[in-house]
Amino acid sequence: MDVLLEIFQTTFVGFSKAAWQTIQLTFWSLLLGIGIGIIFAFFKISKYKVLHIIADIYITFIRGTPLIVQIFIIYFGLAQMNIVTLEDFTAGVLALAIHAGAYIAEIFRGSIQSIDKGQMEAAQSLGMTYPLAMRRIILPQAFRRSIPALGNQFIIGLKDSSLVAFIGGKELWATAMTTAADNFRQFETFFINGLYYLVLVIIFTYLLKILEKKLDVEQRGEAT
Amino acid sequence: MIRVKNLHKSFGSNEVLKGIDLEVHESDVVVLIGASGSGKSTFLRCLNFLEIEDEGEIYIEDQLIQPKSTPLNKVREKVGMVFQHFHLFPHKTVLENIIEAPVKVKKIPKKQAETEALALLKKVGLAEKANVYPYSLSGGQKQRAAIARSLAMHPKVMLFDEPTSALDPELVGEVLTVMKTLAQEGMTMIVVTHEMSFAREVADWVAFMDQGKIIEIGPPQQIFEDPQEARTKEFLSRVR
Repeated sequence: MDVLLEIFQTTFVGFSKAAWQTIQLTFWSLLLGIGIGIIFAFFKISKYKVLHIIADIYITFIRGTPLIVQIFIIYFGLAQMNIVTLEDFTAGVLALAIHAGAYIAEIFRGSIQSIDKGQMEAAQSLGMTYPLAMRRIILPQAFRRSIPALGNQFIIGLKDSSLVAFIGGKELWATAMTTAADNFRQFETFFINGLYYLVLVIIFTYLLKILEKKLDVEQRGEAT
Repeated sequence: MIRVKNLHKSFGSNEVLKGIDLEVHESDVVVLIGASGSGKSTFLRCLNFLEIEDEGEIYIEDQLIQPKSTPLNKVREKVGMVFQHFHLFPHKTVLENIIEAPVKVKKIPKKQAETEALALLKKVGLAEKANVYPYSLSGGQKQRAAIARSLAMHPKVMLFDEPTSALDPELVGEVLTVMKTLAQEGMTMIVVTHEMSFAREVADWVAFMDQGKIIEIGPPQQIFEDPQEARTKEFLSRVR
């Protein structure tokens, strides 16, 4: 126990900085991922077949290959092909966003399609155009309905960010590996590293709960 | 006000409307009756272009509406619709439900829209419910709020698609009372309903539909007391 406490103290500064990196990686990648998710969700519900196919190809490739492969292609692959050379942080955010975007697209598509079609009809019968009805009536309800699944995806995204360690990211997992290689205290170091992730997830889950409550998800989400 | 000529509509191989002709004048209340599956609701939905006819012509205020070239949202501003299942917006309060279209579509200042909305709520007996969310309303209250929402756009004609069919029996009366008031104020209305007493009391014209056609149309006394067609007689004997 004393050793654990000691390791906690000696790693505190390093892990705190690294936790901030992890938070930033997660935040930006999920923000971008939501944007990508919205676009591809619309592709999937669009009446144009080409957009469907594009979205299907994207989602199939992303869900069908490991995240670490995607990270390496974006970081090493694009540089080798002289397409673009990215910083590790940028490459990490991009890869995580493209990865999460595929799952988020499916979450949004499902929740948009779960809204009773009477809502669109009622909106249109009041003279609203399709885009206006989408923006004001359907999407706010779909967003509320997607929060539980979206929260799940965010937690996965937070933990997935650890893979950015393998392209030189300075986040929690990278720091754990270098620290453990220095102090030879693998158990304590990795255990404490896990606790940092755990605390981040707990904080996030708590924030999510507040948001759900604020939006009154259960009651206002009901079809009327 | 509304003129319909030879309207046809099919879903796949199922022809639901087989040539409907109807003329509705200003302030007329037309009640469509008939068995389920006779095409009443589909016909009503065609008048608001929620379904697009395959063939035939629909004139609204003497303008031929061509779904491909006429902006339908503009047409729908003039044609209000009340649904069987209300379709209030659950994420908005009753007041927000009502001002949404006036503010976002007609660009009426919010304050003015709210004042009007409150007056409409008073009219349908829901003044005290302005700031609650739809989930806390009873079915009858939801439907009255939906009527107020539709009226807020100042439609020229109101379509009612079985407005009381989803309600508990004791809540039907409050909705019909609101509709009766509207009729008395001169609103042009086309109503699909199974409430024969409403048809008898409020309608100027009752149209009996069967198998995608209007079989018989006339004033309520004639349809109810002296129907000419065998199918009308048969239907009325079953609903009585």
